[in-house]
Amino acid sequence: MSDLKQLLDTEPVVVTAGTDMLATSIEEQGPAVERADWRPPHEGTEPALNVLFSDDRMRDANEIAIGRMLAVRPQLVDVKVARDVFGGMTDRTFLHAGPPLEWERASGPMRGAIIGAMLYEGLADDPDDAATKAARGDIELSPCHHHGAVGPMAGVTSPSMPVAMVTDAAGNGVAYSTLNEGLGKVLRYGAYGPEAIDRLHWMDEVLGPVLSAVLENRGPIDLQSLIAQALQMGDDGHNRNRAVTSLFLREIAGSLIDGADAPLDQRRAVFDFIDGNDHFMLNLVMASGKLGSDAAAGVPASSLVTVMARNGTDFGIRLSGTGDEWFIAPAPPVDGLYLGSFTEEDASPDIGDSTITETVGLGGLAMAAAPAIVGFVGGTAAGAVRRTLAMYEITMAEHPMYQIPMLEFRGTPVGIDAARVVRTEVLPQINTGVAGKVPGTGMVGAGLVEAPIECFVQGINALAATLQ
Amino acid sequence: MISRVEIHPGRYHDSVRLMQASKALQGVEGVTDALVAMATELNLSLLADMGFDMDTVTGVGPNDLLLAIHAESEEAVAAAHRALEEALTPRVARSGGLDAPDAKTIGTAAKINGADVALLSVPGEHAFVEAMEALQDGMHVMIFSDNVPISQEITLKKYGLEHGLLVMGPDCGTTIVGGLGLGFANAVQPGSVSMVGASGTGIQEMCALLDDAGVGVRHALGTGSHDLSEEVGASSTLQALEALDADPGTELIVIISKPPAAPVAEKVRRVAAECATPVVITFMGETTLEEGAGEVLDALGLPRPLYGSWEAADRDHRPGSVRGLFSGGTLRSEARHVAAPLLGEIGTREEDNGHTFIDYGDDEYTQGRAHPMIDQTVRVERLAAAGQDESVGVVLMDVVLGYGANANPAAELAPIVERVVGAGVAVVVSLCGTRGDPQGRDAQARMLNEAGASVYLSNAVAAIEAARLATTRTSS
Repeated sequence: MSDLKQLLDTEPVVVTAGTDMLATSIEEQGPAVERADWRPPHEGTEPALNVLFSDDRMRDANEIAIGRMLAVRPQLVDVKVARDVFGGMTDRTFLHAGPPLEWERASGPMRGAIIGAMLYEGLADDPDDAATKAARGDIELSPCHHHGAVGPMAGVTSPSMPVAMVTDAAGNGVAYSTLNEGLGKVLRYGAYGPEAIDRLHWMDEVLGPVLSAVLENRGPIDLQSLIAQALQMGDDGHNRNRAVTSLFLREIAGSLIDGADAPLDQRRAVFDFIDGNDHFMLNLVMASGKLGSDAAAGVPASSLVTVMARNGTDFGIRLSGTGDEWFIAPAPPVDGLYLGSFTEEDASPDIGDSTITETVGLGGLAMAAAPAIVGFVGGTAAGAVRRTLAMYEITMAEHPMYQIPMLEFRGTPVGIDAARVVRTEVLPQINTGVAGKVPGTGMVGAGLVEAPIECFVQGINALAATLQ
Repeated sequence: MISRVEIHPGRYHDSVRLMQASKALQGVEGVTDALVAMATELNLSLLADMGFDMDTVTGVGPNDLLLAIHAESEEAVAAAHRALEEALTPRVARSGGLDAPDAKTIGTAAKINGADVALLSVPGEHAFVEAMEALQDGMHVMIFSDNVPISQEITLKKYGLEHGLLVMGPDCGTTIVGGLGLGFANAVQPGSVSMVGASGTGIQEMCALLDDAGVGVRHALGTGSHDLSEEVGASSTLQALEALDADPGTELIVIISKPPAAPVAEKVRRVAAECATPVVITFMGETTLEEGAGEVLDALGLPRPLYGSWEAADRDHRPGSVRGLFSGGTLRSEARHVAAPLLGEIGTREEDNGHTFIDYGDDEYTQGRAHPMIDQTVRVERLAAAGQDESVGVVLMDVVLGYGANANPAAELAPIVERVVGAGVAVVVSLCGTRGDPQGRDAQARMLNEAGASVYLSNAVAAIEAARLATTRTSS
């Protein structure tokens, strides 16, 4: 038996890491060499990495986990009411974005959104009353992610809100998200004025029921197909959702015209609302992502990042192989462009569950697909391509459905590997909106942010501990 | 004169790049001396020796970059900074329109060219993860790095064995596959002799001797200097031996190792005896590379030649002990083995008295520095020091040529050799190289010979000659 026969019979194709001279000396002899631009891993992570690489457990687990993430076929099946779908949700339960949080530590936009949701639910007479009640513990806060749900920015989800229900076409799992309110002075950015509250009431009275009827009329909508098409139409699935929202409108237009058990003025209002909100589909893209990330969760030994989420105070991640544990670091500031006269002084630290899009190979990871918004987030088209290309370094797969035309239809980088993040110190790139730090302000800008390395370091150390 | 040490915390570069950067800085006008290096203990002591004030350099570690400059003016310091940035700026990424960032790990880089061999020279404490990833991706692995824990070596080799992949190293300096040299390797003529070597310079010396005798080489698979230890149990050596035995192009196999653990040596002998292909075993401590090469020639029915030499014109040299300055560990072992009967006690550490043969490729002298076959700074300094040390009568040193080695070692050594010879010290050089080596074997030999050294292609001959000089001189 000679397993090494190929080594002895063919000219080696060599890859190097380390001193360049050894690569150069091979090239002096003729063959080209591929060099890794290797750097030491993040300080202090060697012991954990040595454990994780001591056998095939992590590798095999990652194959299973990413396989599950990519096997999910999300479809929008219904719009329901939050209190009917979230087990254990009481009238006082408020879901929020990011890792667990208490009122005392909540950021401005998070407090604003909680205040607004309390006003909306009729639990407070005015903003001061709401703040007082929230501070004394009248309400119960719980992360969306603990309930199979996601919410953009503050992500506050209260019992009366309509929520989109996204299921796997293969029958595995369900995920929820609120419906998108549009831009400007909206609850998710921390606004709680009458304009925001009135809109929320319209959403539960008209938008939710009409969409539910539309879905009953026409059947489930294949969200993955819409997202895949939209990536080829200039969306990234996080900060640009204009194409996917347009595609969604086409999907529902027929049923809207047919009637959907609603009067014409309501149907017209639903059409106008979605038509006027380029981000309407963001929440549905997010729920699709949550479905994939939940499918990939809970594979022992896997270093796949299943959740990245922020609450305006903390940035938290979860890994497939470490169960429900959160790995948390302070939410970083966003490097962004600001609307009107707002400046970075007005900005809240990073907030929202929308990073679920990056977790499943969209958003910042698919930036090369969305040259139209690179200016918006302060970059160049070439920079966007570079950003996406850099992400292949830390991801496990190329998405079989989500493709990028500019990269010759290469699949988007998907499945962030926390081990590769600490090895390379290449951080997941996130496109995001920016909320004002004063409660009630709303959106002040948009930009780019990198996931903090500390989360990944903690995660890798915890994962290694499970293997020892 | 400005004398300054700057700390750049957490800025990592490999030692060869830093050596090149140091050289670039030394070439800047107005800079009289400069060193760019990671803050290892060795480099810190080197800086102190260079006269830098190290009191301000506190709390630094091997992950911090040091820039030390003696310069005539602030302008020169600024120019040095520019030169440093230029030297340390990553090479331009492959063009291809989309300007892809460089891959940062073995796994992602190998995806680009579909590599089947990974060559690692990252610091030893980091080699395991890259090596394991390479194996998991189905690559054979050569680990040039040393200082890899033995438990990790065992894990890697076990994994390689189970998956039909060869783990060459850690501390594997040389491999030649079908004429392509990896690491420190000499240009060989095609032939039917293959080697398995748990010793980089052992393989190189064998290549050099066979080349001088007109014999070509097919493969030379390095297995790393610890492979024949009791713990590792010759895992890679036996794996490579089996493969070469089955290789139709190999007519004779040479096994080379640093002194092996006795039970492991026995095991290797037993397996070798069962090979269909004739096997010559050259274990250091038992025999010499020259003797091993002789047995190969015998087996091929070729005469044993007188290996090339360039002897210095007869000149008197002062009495004193032999100072051996080696870059190859196996060359040092062999020299010690053949010189000991003539010289008696030979120390292996700098602080030893009398005759000393030091391996400057050893960890102790390479932390944060490139291997002395590349970076001769430490050996050049010790050579110069030997000239001023009245107790030294003879210097014996190896000069190793080939791919991966210093591009022109003789040019760096010759002026110092001349000075040392002028001070009355005999200099004997063991030149390890083939006629095809890029440095030009004979040109290197002549340059050293013209500087006053005696140059021998056989390391054993060089060692005996050094010992003879020391003993005949002191006994006359």
